[in-house]
Amino acid sequence: MKIAISTSGSTLDAPIDSRFGRAVRFLVYDTEQKTFSMVENEQNLNAAQGAGIQAAKTVVDSGAQAVISGHCGPKAFTVLSSAGIAIYHCETGTIQEALEQYASGKLQPAKDANVEGHWV
Amino acid sequence: MLTLKDIGFNNMKLAIASGKGGTGKTTLSVALAQASTAAVQLLDCDVEEPNGHIFIKPEFTSHEQVGIAIPELDEALCTNCGKCGEICQFSAIVTIADKTMIFGDMCHSCGGCILVCPQKALHEQEKVIGSIDSACACGRNSNIEFIKGTLDIGQAMAPPVIRAVKKKIRPDMLTIIDCPPGTSCPMITAVTGSDFVILVTEPTPFGLHDLILAVETMRSMALPFGVVVNRAGSGDNRVSDYCSAENIPLLLQIADDRRVANAYSRGEGLLEAMPELAQQLRALIDKITSDVDTSTKGEQ
Repeated sequence: MKIAISTSGSTLDAPIDSRFGRAVRFLVYDTEQKTFSMVENEQNLNAAQGAGIQAAKTVVDSGAQAVISGHCGPKAFTVLSSAGIAIYHCETGTIQEALEQYASGKLQPAKDANVEGHWV
Repeated sequence: MLTLKDIGFNNMKLAIASGKGGTGKTTLSVALAQASTAAVQLLDCDVEEPNGHIFIKPEFTSHEQVGIAIPELDEALCTNCGKCGEICQFSAIVTIADKTMIFGDMCHSCGGCILVCPQKALHEQEKVIGSIDSACACGRNSNIEFIKGTLDIGQAMAPPVIRAVKKKIRPDMLTIIDCPPGTSCPMITAVTGSDFVILVTEPTPFGLHDLILAVETMRSMALPFGVVVNRAGSGDNRVSDYCSAENIPLLLQIADDRRVANAYSRGEGLLEAMPELAQQLRALIDKITSDVDTSTKGEQ
């Protein structure tokens, strides 16, 4: 399965970006192939509104079935949940560490958005 | 020199804006309306936090709802082609896999999604986002028609409510528009179409910072404007220095006076605290009226 992790880097030792909607990009890791690819999210960096919704759509289109990110607002949560994508919160550390925590079952899937939505 | 009759025919649209919040827009708007010897409309367009009624104390006689059109989806017709989401500039509608979702809070009511839907699966539905309350013959001299716009709690789109309030503007009467703070869509919606904008500021670095943003906004909108400094004497001279360097008319300075704060805490306005200001405010209305007349209406 594929896991999308928000980051501003492009390697497994890059830190997690705690923002979801306005993350620079997503590293999409394939747990079976042990490979990864990058999906850009830059169109959302300066979006006036709806960054979370569009980032969620980007993640859905990437084929990921899980997301690891720091914060996820209500609208992004709605889109991801509707697509059956599980959201795991992990605010600090590298992508590698987050994937290890995920593999060892230390990350619990979020049941709700963990930050308030914000308006323009 | 204007006569009372001339003022009676005054139909100027005078917007009171600021940039920085809390500088005295409502204080000045209310005082100008109360100081006017003629009939005046006072529009509270600060719809996210209207408070002019606290000082005007109107008895509202009319209450109406303000709605916007948002799309509603007929899922039986939708094929999840995603064209609606592609045209939406506000991410208010999105298609993922086999599901199309509408986020009404984000919608700007452009109607684009409805136009491009090949299945005609989308149609307009009214969503109430706020209300308008109106009262006639308010104020000490019963000369004020007061109209208040209120954006419902939890709603994000102030401009449609502001536009609905401004539809109440009468063409034959002086109208004072109490605008929202900032320089984004709500403020721009409120000042659009006015004959003159008074920017109220305070003599502080923060006041100056936001005044500069408001001045840039006025200049890019090509609206005539001037500055009123509230709580003059409480800070420094940077605002007045800036105005003279930029050739911006400094229309009035209202002194920092404890009487105003005392009155405010009782729900009373500037004129209750400083009745001597009424004459200056009347003169200010007259001056702006004659300037606007000569600058923009002289050719009519």
